[in-house]
Amino acid sequence: MIHPIPSGTRDVLPEETREVRAITDTLRAVFERHDYGEVYTPALEYESVLARADMAEARPAYRVFDESGAVLVLRSDMTVPIARVVATRYGSSEPPLRFCYFAHCYRGVRPQRGQPRELLQAGIELIGSPAPQGTAEALTVLCDALDATGLKDYRIGLGDASLFPALMASLQVPEPARPGLLEALARRDFVGLEHTLEDAGLSDEAAELLLEVPQRRGDAEVLTDAPAPAVEAVTGMRQVHELLEPGVAARVIFDLGLVRNIGYYTGAVFEVYDPALGSPIGGGGRYDDLLGYFGRQLPAVGFALGVDRLHVALAGEERGTGALLAREPAQ
Amino acid sequence: MSPLGDGLTIAVPRGALFPGTVDLLTGLGLDTDELRSNDRKLLFEDIGVITMRPSDVPTYVEAGAADLGVTGKDVLLEQAAQRRSEGGREVYELRDLGYGRCTMVLASKAGPDSALEALRRLGVMRVATKYPGIAARYLEETGRQAEIVEVKGSVELAPLTGMVEAIIDLTATGTTLRENNLIVREEIVVCTARLIANPVAHKLKATAIDDLLERLRGLPAANVA
Repeated sequence: MIHPIPSGTRDVLPEETREVRAITDTLRAVFERHDYGEVYTPALEYESVLARADMAEARPAYRVFDESGAVLVLRSDMTVPIARVVATRYGSSEPPLRFCYFAHCYRGVRPQRGQPRELLQAGIELIGSPAPQGTAEALTVLCDALDATGLKDYRIGLGDASLFPALMASLQVPEPARPGLLEALARRDFVGLEHTLEDAGLSDEAAELLLEVPQRRGDAEVLTDAPAPAVEAVTGMRQVHELLEPGVAARVIFDLGLVRNIGYYTGAVFEVYDPALGSPIGGGGRYDDLLGYFGRQLPAVGFALGVDRLHVALAGEERGTGALLAREPAQ
Repeated sequence: MSPLGDGLTIAVPRGALFPGTVDLLTGLGLDTDELRSNDRKLLFEDIGVITMRPSDVPTYVEAGAADLGVTGKDVLLEQAAQRRSEGGREVYELRDLGYGRCTMVLASKAGPDSALEALRRLGVMRVATKYPGIAARYLEETGRQAEIVEVKGSVELAPLTGMVEAIIDLTATGTTLRENNLIVREEIVVCTARLIANPVAHKLKATAIDDLLERLRGLPAANVA
């Protein structure tokens, strides 16, 4: 007999649960050691509350009505609910505040491997600690946590959400053209970016910079000759990097074109890559304005890991196979 | 080290884009003799090439089974239109390769435009296509109600049999349309071959990929737009 479950969801049986539990227990121990207290929040929230944040592509996809006709949504991440918790339950607490969570979130994506509609996220939020110290702390916790799970070959891409907008502003890109350019970059479409730049009526040098700068990524060398408008963001990235322990710093790939598809990021953004998986394992960044929308203006930073993706990457590394691994030359 | 770049794998489309892509790889210094002569083999590990149908290229690249891939803009647009809520495939579109130039067109039988008449009198036009995503989006954007009929084979047959009033299809020279007494009413978008990359490979194999892009820039203009 077949009793289907919704597309993009799945049952987790004991053998897998044991492995997933080992990963989350390890992560939890690291988060706790860094003084991040675990919280639970409701899976259902009022749409009107979550809508205070600009979620862009990650906005909630599932809605239901309650008995009074109010619209409820299934949360699509934990950052916005925790911002709500801080504003309502910690209205006068002395920052910084540190929270961690292990929670299922719900997205309206097309189901595929590592891209379910119900996904288990593990993450932290550090509230009230500005850049660069707060960012460096989050990256340190991130690397400690991944190291503790036994993941070996991961790297952290580090960028800044304000870099490209600052570049556009200082090169006097006409206002109406800016959203299209940013969208092309967020879509990872450099051909579209080039065509949109051609139509924007910019000087050749300006167009060349806007196309070339976001393609710069690699070690600290990519920070050296940043154009003037990018200097502020690049300086921020360098400051974060200088605060990192050598083991963490060595994981960083600077990426001047990194854009996350969530709208509330304001400064540093980062993603976790592992050669055993074809898509990022997780990511995060600074959201210095989000708490303000809920009534308590505090700078903040956080990250979320997809636990299932981490599991796949760990299994891939263990077997020596996986997305980009299977073809690595023998070393 | 393979001429493609250290440890890089590229997904190459069989079909119309195949000759141009193989020429490009030859230009990059790959030994493509076996690739040209053996059309049953899929995996050419020694030169870092895997071959597949064009619409599968984004699938393999998105999953990381290939670091890079070549496919038509029509394929990318169609898959983006079908995944509207997610904004398309999670791949980088790195370069317009210029070859494989085709135009997505709306065409109907020569003579008075029966699609217009259907739209006016019946409120809806029927359109056959192999690109239901692109077709639906284009007709929506241009404010016309349409019934999209998805077909897999020769689209030109659909209006000739009276099943639909118009087609939306890709055409390079327009010869097939003309031979079937169809004329182009609207040009929707020009499509060329694109170089795409897996997002993780783009970061972890940045040097090899940038080096490849640099060498592409040096190839004759006939190859790279």
